[in-house]
Amino acid sequence: MITVKDLHKSFGDLEVLKGIDAQVEEREVVCVIGPSGSGKSTFLRCLNLLEDITSGTVTIDGEELTAEDTDINALRTKVGMVFQHFNLFPHKTVLENVTLAPIKVKGLSVKEAEEIGLSLLEKVGLSDKAQDYPDSLSGGQKQRVAIARALAMEPKVMLFDEPTSALDPELVGDVLQVMKDLAQEGMTMVVVTHEMGFAREVGDRVIFMDEGIIQEEGNPDAIFDTPQNPRTQSFLSKIL
Amino acid sequence: MIDAIMNSPYVKSLPFLWEGLQVTVAITLIGLFLGMILGALAGLGKLSKIKVIRGFWTVYIEIIRGTPIMAQALFIYFGLSELQLNSFTTGVIAIALNAGAYIGEIVRGAVYSIDSGQTEAGRSLGLTERQTMRYIVWPQAFKRMIPPLGNQFVISLKDTSVFSVIAVSDLIYQARQYYNATFEQFETLVMVCLFYLIITIPAALYLRRIERKMDV
Repeated sequence: MITVKDLHKSFGDLEVLKGIDAQVEEREVVCVIGPSGSGKSTFLRCLNLLEDITSGTVTIDGEELTAEDTDINALRTKVGMVFQHFNLFPHKTVLENVTLAPIKVKGLSVKEAEEIGLSLLEKVGLSDKAQDYPDSLSGGQKQRVAIARALAMEPKVMLFDEPTSALDPELVGDVLQVMKDLAQEGMTMVVVTHEMGFAREVGDRVIFMDEGIIQEEGNPDAIFDTPQNPRTQSFLSKIL
Repeated sequence: MIDAIMNSPYVKSLPFLWEGLQVTVAITLIGLFLGMILGALAGLGKLSKIKVIRGFWTVYIEIIRGTPIMAQALFIYFGLSELQLNSFTTGVIAIALNAGAYIGEIVRGAVYSIDSGQTEAGRSLGLTERQTMRYIVWPQAFKRMIPPLGNQFVISLKDTSVFSVIAVSDLIYQARQYYNATFEQFETLVMVCLFYLIITIPAALYLRRIERKMDV
């Protein structure tokens, strides 16, 4: 589903990604962990070109992101993204947040989009908030709306950029549950996270990044129980 | 008693000042209307990715903001006298040019102030750059423009007072004509200030109400 080859990304003189090779299979849940500044968020943002790629290639569903004939807007509809700070549209109701892109990008009628939107809001447990504005929601509710908004485009892949890092601890569970359900339904997911419990339980594979490269990757039990790379060991010993 | 009131300079100056007030308000409103168009262009120009366009509007804004409006009015009226603009038109143009520069900055600032996460969210959903601006950034930016636009209205209204130097028959000009003839400077100028306040205070109150309503 996703193939990354020799991905480099620099901000000016600062090289943040120093050659990433990775593969994500269909229906796979890959969790990316690592210390802050390790480049894991940048890596995720390169997967839908929110960051320009300095060199290397990213291929999603057979289409190369930076190829000249690739319609990046069309490709992005296949790649849902959930942000750390939700980024809901404050001037639109919860339902309008979810239906905006299906209406404007896919050309659905308002009625069709609202049907889809309401069923997605029900799925994330927020159908009673459809007419509310994001300001009146808790962080956890906002993030679930953001997930519904991304799902409304029926993406093939979902990218999560530290989706629970900005939440109060007691609100994390609901969001993780929605993500778990999504994984069980077979959604392909790449999740940058600090939730080691989630990575272990839901992840099919864990990637540990540090200093702009993938230091180690493997199945969650192997990474968490018997990490081979000294950097992984030291990182995990600090947080577990 | 009634006679005394009717004959007091406060009342007797009213017809003269009323005429001036109409001119002041007309220049402000027409000038601001044009200034808003100019300001929208300037703001968009400053946000443009094309360097020449950005440069052009930057130069315009800096020249206007860096020089006093009186100099601008004198320049248009006397410096460009071959244009043969009358004093009223000169006033309108000066207000439009001036407000346009400040409104340009208001527009640019408002768009800039919208968190980049909003754009990213829009783009990540597959919206084009144009759609993202139209449906996500502009509606939010527009709200943030309202308070500074209200301020600009008050500023432009007061700016018109300098046009008496090019013989625009605004409030100040009329007042001077009146007290030069009657020597009732104090009373006339009290009335002039009241006239300005009659517009600016309700404007400020109204603005505060909109702000509260829109929660900006």
